Amino acid sequence: MTHRLFFLCLVLLTSACASSAPSSETESMSDMERLFWQRQQEAMSRYTQAEVDFMTGMIGHHAQALIMADLAVANEASSPIRILTSRIINAQNDEIATMQKWLKDRGEPVPEVHIDGLQLMIHMPGEAMGGDGQGHSHMMAGMLTQAQLEELAAAKGPDFDRLFLTYMIQHHKGAVTMVDDMFSTDGAGNDEAAFKLASDIQADQSTEIARMELMLESMTGSGN
Amino acid sequence: MNPINCRGNGTPCTLGNLLWIVFFAAVLSAGCSSGTMMESAPAMSSMATMSRTAPSPDPRVGLGAGLFDAEEAIWNLDKLSTTPPAPDFVGVTNSDLAFKGNYVFQGNYNGVMIWDISNPAKPVLVKDYLCPASQSDVSVYGNLMFVSGEGTSGRLDCGTQGVSEQVSQDRLRGIRIFDITDVREPKYVHNVQTCRGSHTHSVLKDPDVDDKIWIYVSGSAGVRPEEELPGCSGLAPSEDPNSALFRIEVIEVPLNAPETARIVSSPRIFEDLVAPPEHGASPADLREIQEAKARGEFVVELFGQERILPRQFVAQFLASFMESRGGGEATAADSAAFREALPGLVAARFGAQNRPANDGPAPGPTQCHDITLYPEVGLAGGACGGYGLLLDISDPANPWRMDAAADSNFSYWHSATFSNDGSKVLFTDEWGGGGQPKCREDDPMEWGANAHFTIENGKLNFKSYWKLPAPQTSLENCVAHNGSMIPVPGREIFVQAWYQGGISVYDWTDISNPTEIAFHDRGPSDANTMGPGGSWSVYWYNGLIVSSEIARGLDIFELKPSGFLTENEIAASKTVKLDYLNAQGQPKYYWPTTFVLAHAYLDQLERAGGLSSSRVASVRASLKQAEGQSGATRRSTLTNLANDLDGSTDAKVKALVQTVRDLSAS
Repeated sequence: MTHRLFFLCLVLLTSACASSAPSSETESMSDMERLFWQRQQEAMSRYTQAEVDFMTGMIGHHAQALIMADLAVANEASSPIRILTSRIINAQNDEIATMQKWLKDRGEPVPEVHIDGLQLMIHMPGEAMGGDGQGHSHMMAGMLTQAQLEELAAAKGPDFDRLFLTYMIQHHKGAVTMVDDMFSTDGAGNDEAAFKLASDIQADQSTEIARMELMLESMTGSGN
Repeated sequence: MNPINCRGNGTPCTLGNLLWIVFFAAVLSAGCSSGTMMESAPAMSSMATMSRTAPSPDPRVGLGAGLFDAEEAIWNLDKLSTTPPAPDFVGVTNSDLAFKGNYVFQGNYNGVMIWDISNPAKPVLVKDYLCPASQSDVSVYGNLMFVSGEGTSGRLDCGTQGVSEQVSQDRLRGIRIFDITDVREPKYVHNVQTCRGSHTHSVLKDPDVDDKIWIYVSGSAGVRPEEELPGCSGLAPSEDPNSALFRIEVIEVPLNAPETARIVSSPRIFEDLVAPPEHGASPADLREIQEAKARGEFVVELFGQERILPRQFVAQFLASFMESRGGGEATAADSAAFREALPGLVAARFGAQNRPANDGPAPGPTQCHDITLYPEVGLAGGACGGYGLLLDISDPANPWRMDAAADSNFSYWHSATFSNDGSKVLFTDEWGGGGQPKCREDDPMEWGANAHFTIENGKLNFKSYWKLPAPQTSLENCVAHNGSMIPVPGREIFVQAWYQGGISVYDWTDISNPTEIAFHDRGPSDANTMGPGGSWSVYWYNGLIVSSEIARGLDIFELKPSGFLTENEIAASKTVKLDYLNAQGQPKYYWPTTFVLAHAYLDQLERAGGLSSSRVASVRASLKQAEGQSGATRRSTLTNLANDLDGSTDAKVKALVQTVRDLSAS
């Protein structure tokens, strides 16, 4: 049998199927699809400024974690730290995209992330580059000062490992604090997507903090 | 809908694809003409004619997007039906499933839908109970239904308006209890509020008495303010011994008085966990170290692993070492002494290499995501933060931890499922929480995967990983999620949901070499952005494979014979009957004595080459002969067959012999 014949059989079969389906069913499916997206749209109207602030802030917060994690290979981090940083880069890049999408879906300004070496610039649409956008990101819990970032960038090998863990624990704890702050605001967390994202960040980063504390402890022992 | 996808735009399909298309077309035509499930094919003579290769290229790659009309790929499964949600639930997340009799209970962030699946090709909505709560994880036991509420917008009065105040007496976070004596009219009888709400829960039948059950509550969200629920504290246990962190809640439910259900204990099963082991260096790292040694570079053991000491440290150490020896240029003798002294210098510089035993409790996870209870083997698997726990649950109110596994490749342990005999367990890692696309081409196969362990003397031994082999797009959230064991006798076969990665059936009988044997997948729910959708959970229930599709509704499938699974094996799995199913309370499967069970074992021996093909043929003929006989003649045929086969050390042959003996006695 030729290929053509195979496809002919297939086309006949599928078309038979399609024609046997009543057109009202097709209509009801498209009605259902309209209802589906309408519900999704409605769900996006139940958010608060606290959630917008959380998403906007967390994008900058996550972006700094990327700067820190990106140093691992060049700074001769050990294999466990490289695994950890690869995962942080993968996870936080995806979460940044999710948070940007959350803001975009709701018609809120979407911060753009620009990283140049150790320089983090958060650009809000309508704002000039640098300026406010840059200052904005440094106010959040757990974020490293530029001096701390430079200190980390200068550390190599085991020194880098230890300093990275110390600073990433601090950084993650800040993220957990940001989640707690959001949830302690009236009305925040009623948006299911924000609740899920914030809860996931809290669970993932708490788990990672515990892991990093153990890694740090096994490096330094109890005496130090 | 076009369910066929040959990869590569414009390129002709391969022969493999075409065969597959024809196969699919046959299914399609059967589905079209009858609209009901396919009847079994005539008894097949040999599995040798059936394919044991996966379709290539993988038809799951490149599927077209659509909400209710996405392209689909299916292999070794028949799809019996897809039923969209009830109108009030359309566009709202469908979540977990429970089963009782012919009913499926499908959680949804807006409440629960109850379906009658007596005709799996056409499920009938029996009740859509509107009562919003995330995630609406649902369980059933007897005449009771339990629903988890975790989100902050759940209300005691089931209202849809949410709760806007941070502290409110209207809020429900915990377990709702319904009487479902009449499934058409569930009655909300009680709720048990908990400090962290209930992300999931697990129902445990009391091993001794019939009039009560236990519910283990896992809550992973934040702790409620004390003003809302007295006694809730989010402080560390060192600051407040009554902290809601680092514990699970156990609820006792008297079946005759569910309105008196209450929390009876809060076991701290996480205390004193030790450091998670890191995986060793990668082969590339090891090669690098060997090469460095060959070059004469300094390799030291640091943090439990060999590593090349960076040059600037060598220079620093050498300088201080030479200083301690009076300075000057290093001689060959100095160099040899330096090599010897280096581990000590490294230890002094970077701290002790081993954590002292008296270091006090290490920080562990603060909650479990999910606990799978397997009362018939007395075990539970807890997927808890960075750990997989093995728990002894012989005293239901006081579970205790037997072992804990950690894994640097696992981000967030999500759930556990045991092999039927309880000798193995698989844990899933819901990396990214389920909302992220973790099955892309470049996402590591060890991350967001399953990990398989054997259980030996109460300890977990890691054996292998398994992850959905078909790469998904960045528009599809995808990671390991819920599934259950399929009762194919003598094999460990797991059906699993991978969100928008679809559903996948794989065999992990050979725990070091898991193999995929069936799948179903749809394209993304939206072509331009990551939309909601995918399988939240998929479970085997009385011969059906039922999937809760987050956006599209309820999918029902059946296994189809293939080179990986024979008609007899499928028929034997269908002899297992469950009265109800909550996947987090794993049931033990028992196979009644049937001829098809013997045929299933024989097919497995044929596949594995455990018996010669002539032997397989003669045993098959004897079984057929006995099936046509009765009374003493049948007994004699079967006894002779069993005697003939006896004496083998092969476990599968032994299982076959036992089945044949049971048949002769029945």
